[in-house]
Amino acid sequence: MWNISGVNVGQTPVFRNSQRLLQGFAILLVTALRPKRTSICCVAGPLQCDRRKAARENNKYGDLQAMLMGLKRLFAFLFLSILTPMTFAQQAASEAVGDAVGEAERWGVNMTQGVTEVSRTTYDLHMLIFWICVVIGILVFGVMFYSMWRHRKSKGYQASQFHESTLVELAWTIVPTLILIGMAVPATKTLYDIYDTKEADLDIMITGYQWKWKYDYLGSDVSFFSNLSTPQAQIHNELPKSENYLLEVDEPLVVPVNKKVRFLITANDVIHAWWVPDLAVKKDAIPGFVNEAWTRIEEPGIYRGQCAELCGKDHGFMPVVVKAVPEDEYHSWLNERAAAAARIKELTNKTFTFDELYARGEKVYNSTCVACHQANGQGVPGAFPAIAGSKVATGPMDGHLSMVVNGSSKNPAMQAFGAQLSEVDIAAVITYQRSAFGNNMGDTVQPIDILNFKNK
Amino acid sequence: MAHGPKPGFTRWLYTTNHKDIGSMYLWFSFAMFLLGGCMALVIRAELFQPGLQIVQPEFFNQMTTMHGLIMVFGAVMPAFVGLANWMIPMMIGAPDMALPRMNNWSFWILPFAFAMLASTLFMEGGAPNFGWTFYAPLSTEYAPPSVTFFIFSIHIMGASSIMGAINIVATILNMRAPGMTLMKMPLFVWTWLITAYLLIAVMPVLAGVVTMMLMDIHFGTSFFSAAGGGDPVLFQHVFWFFGHPEVYIMILPAFGIVSAIIPTFARKPLFGYSSMVYATASIAFLSFIVWAHHMFTVGMPIAGELFFMYATMLIAVPTGVKVFNWVTTMFRGSMTFETPMLFAIAFVILFTIGGFSGLMLAIAPADFQYHDTYFVVAHFHYVLVPGAIFSITAGVYYWLPKWTGHMYNETMGKVHFWLAFIGLNVTFFPMHFVGLAGMPRRIPDYALQFADFNQIASVGAFLFGAAQLVFLFNVVRTVRGGGKATDEVWENPQGLEWTVPSPAPYHTFSTPPAVR
Amino acid sequence: MAWSANSKTTARLLTLAVGMLGFALFVMPPLYDAFCEVTGLNGKTGGRYEAVPAAVDRQRLVKVQFVASNNESMPWEFKPGVVEMRVHPGEAIDTVFHARNPTGQDMVGQAIPSLAPSKAAAYFHKTECFCFNQQTLNGGESAELALRFIVDPDLPPSINTITLSYTLFDVTERVAHQTDNKNTDSEREG
Repeated sequence: MWNISGVNVGQTPVFRNSQRLLQGFAILLVTALRPKRTSICCVAGPLQCDRRKAARENNKYGDLQAMLMGLKRLFAFLFLSILTPMTFAQQAASEAVGDAVGEAERWGVNMTQGVTEVSRTTYDLHMLIFWICVVIGILVFGVMFYSMWRHRKSKGYQASQFHESTLVELAWTIVPTLILIGMAVPATKTLYDIYDTKEADLDIMITGYQWKWKYDYLGSDVSFFSNLSTPQAQIHNELPKSENYLLEVDEPLVVPVNKKVRFLITANDVIHAWWVPDLAVKKDAIPGFVNEAWTRIEEPGIYRGQCAELCGKDHGFMPVVVKAVPEDEYHSWLNERAAAAARIKELTNKTFTFDELYARGEKVYNSTCVACHQANGQGVPGAFPAIAGSKVATGPMDGHLSMVVNGSSKNPAMQAFGAQLSEVDIAAVITYQRSAFGNNMGDTVQPIDILNFKNK
Repeated sequence: MAHGPKPGFTRWLYTTNHKDIGSMYLWFSFAMFLLGGCMALVIRAELFQPGLQIVQPEFFNQMTTMHGLIMVFGAVMPAFVGLANWMIPMMIGAPDMALPRMNNWSFWILPFAFAMLASTLFMEGGAPNFGWTFYAPLSTEYAPPSVTFFIFSIHIMGASSIMGAINIVATILNMRAPGMTLMKMPLFVWTWLITAYLLIAVMPVLAGVVTMMLMDIHFGTSFFSAAGGGDPVLFQHVFWFFGHPEVYIMILPAFGIVSAIIPTFARKPLFGYSSMVYATASIAFLSFIVWAHHMFTVGMPIAGELFFMYATMLIAVPTGVKVFNWVTTMFRGSMTFETPMLFAIAFVILFTIGGFSGLMLAIAPADFQYHDTYFVVAHFHYVLVPGAIFSITAGVYYWLPKWTGHMYNETMGKVHFWLAFIGLNVTFFPMHFVGLAGMPRRIPDYALQFADFNQIASVGAFLFGAAQLVFLFNVVRTVRGGGKATDEVWENPQGLEWTVPSPAPYHTFSTPPAVR
Repeated sequence: MAWSANSKTTARLLTLAVGMLGFALFVMPPLYDAFCEVTGLNGKTGGRYEAVPAAVDRQRLVKVQFVASNNESMPWEFKPGVVEMRVHPGEAIDTVFHARNPTGQDMVGQAIPSLAPSKAAAYFHKTECFCFNQQTLNGGESAELALRFIVDPDLPPSINTITLSYTLFDVTERVAHQTDNKNTDSEREG
């Protein structure tokens, strides 16, 4: 009943977790102290610095002077300890962000107006409620600050002793109720617009996976996964961050403009939520059940969003990118995609060299496997097994095939990739895993083997 | 009859004295507050810059989860129970709590619950990482093995809360001094009475939902798994049926504290006492029929969305009445601004701001844009930090001279207030902006356009954290010595607690006082 | 005096607490299920529908889409025979889904239906569905899974597309677990 079996107190995680904590505090301490030391002098100015030096050299200032100096330094320190993190914050922000993001996008403070009718109505509704709140706030806080200013004991104000008034109390019950009704009317209207179920021009099934999205264009063979394309090196601060850091994918969802697009949203494992602010669409993706949402985008463009329901480790790393294009462009894209799918199918019969498979496999690994098994193939102890030196990757080929195609029966995090990746990609990534990370198996598996394995 | 406390540690272990138990609750909750606060600082440190610097995503998720759980169940709730233990018997003229032995129990099982919860941090697979709302199936099929310990610790916390609540209701209903009619009770007692009923009604629901999780994980049932005919959305309904009243459990006693402090420092009776009582009761009632406003994006039928939207908007009415009453109490008073009053005023202002964002969140179509963003994080921190934390702090400063017999250091109190006030706003106000600009909550790393405000928020968080050390220092100093407090402490404050000496003797009201 | 009043209060409050626990454990889940069936929450469709002969609305055509997906680590191939059809309300329609177990093991699957828009759930009747039962497929075996449904003529005019989605779950272990439990139970009884 206590399930002690899976839990081993006193093993490495103790060390690991506390080490992480310590590391965190150490970094903080360093960042907090560093600018302070250098900037005390800068802020105090060259004059003070010179004088202090002079004082030390000539020693003609008395104890009083030295004490004053000390006080001044203390104040400077206190002042700076509040101020430097702030200025440092901005400096660091500019450094980190660099020129990647334009000034206009930085310091964004409000909801987007978006590119659909619904998103604009939502924005208007949001602003309406906001301004009502501002007006009420000014009135209430106005009265409060007025009496805090006028009705104080230090000004000799005598307290009056009134403590009830039915009329006033009735008024401030009824008036807010009326204001609320005024808010509810437009809100209800907008909600009915959002719940429109009229026939759509295009239906797209969206499936949330840990941690990527899959898009199926219903009625066509086009179906693909959309993975984060930001390199791990950027996330781990080894490379400068690109403009759309964490908001870029390898394959965006492509939709035509001015068409009603209906989304059928579900999930494969845990609950996710599909959200694109510019479309004002946010809907939970629930395993086993289908939710419905729709949009009609009015301007071509690229619209970015993110998963909006905590779904595990890489919840912050599964962006949504929607590319809205004119209708004819959409159709040629769709045909191109269908043709590409056919080409991949043809490739299944081709025999690849080790190098071809290895190179392709590295790409597949970095988009599909890297989130859990990590760039160095070491995995995350306790959660995601290592590939480097693993029994599966250095054992018989069939076991490796089965693990990738059918997933793990023990660990739900290891999904069945048989239906997610093409035969070519599976062959490539298995070949890659068996020879990368010092596994050095050097063997290959061909796409046709994967197909045969699946049909066995 | 009257005898003093036993010497040594057994005094605390075996005590049935409401003042001892109250103190233990308060110290325990402060320790948890610091622990949960450190976790918040880890979160803010990681979010100081885009990119992963300090912790990895899986540990980040453990931090957000544990921060939420510890703050809700370890810091805020026990602190209110501690204040209730200290003050309710003294406010209604009772010699002690109605069920003193159970009182001892309900405190002493808490440290075990939290030790168990904290120990999960060191287990294989790590601590719970599914958010304090622990939505299935992330918290069932996909949870780390430590989830079983999490479930049992929730059970123990629930038992503790239920016992505490039963004790409070029994005390208030049965132990009042002659003449202390219900409508003469101080508002703190009233709000706690209603809170206690809420606790008894919803803590079992929380126990039920974690029990269902336990069954799903270990005994093959499928309450929350579609595969066996269950539904993950059922989890959210049951959880929020507990969760929304829980939000009011964390704020109603705060209303009571503020309603005691503002009249004292405005030197004017509380405006609209009876409407305050009715407003509290209606908020408590409404809290049971608004739960699904946490789930607007889950895909409810439009009728459901409309019902929960209207019901939620209605809560603004009684809450508004309360704010208007406090402002009117200040109006034409003769105010002074000692530390408790400063915290109480900040409570009114900042809680109202949190209320405004709450009203915005209630609007279902707009909530589709706000849901699960930092706007929500800003909202609930604006109601909980100035709401619960500031009111508890105000209450401690207000009653500390009565408890210890010493005046706290007023200058240090004011320094604490301003540091906390500035820190809080610097931390949480920018979160409104990043949330509206599109930053989801519970992410360890973010897109570049959110960098500036996140950095400011992180700085504010450390300032707020530092302010709490001033508080700790001030309280410890007051406990150990300082200027002598008079029996009344403040200028003509209302209530029976001010009629006993300072410090309050170990046993008070062994003979019931006369209530006018 | 005080003691008896206190114990009365305690007993009453404890009853309330236990009652609420029972409410959460035993009332809320069935209540929720009933609520789902009435409102079509989550697109849940009801159980087997006893066909009542009704007039077929020849004037109206409703688009019905079929979607099949697998839950995590379910390796079966699973797809609808027809992706989309237009039907008259009131008509009984037969269609099939194809399933194949490509693995070497014998497995049990359970398909969970869900309907979008959820408002349509109350007007979509299944008289025969493979989702009423668990499906057992031996390694390498394939099957045609039958579905017979009627769209209610009372379907609100605002709805003209209905999407029926099936998610296939691997319940092999769950079934094995239950059989184990039953076996041990019967052993104990025996």
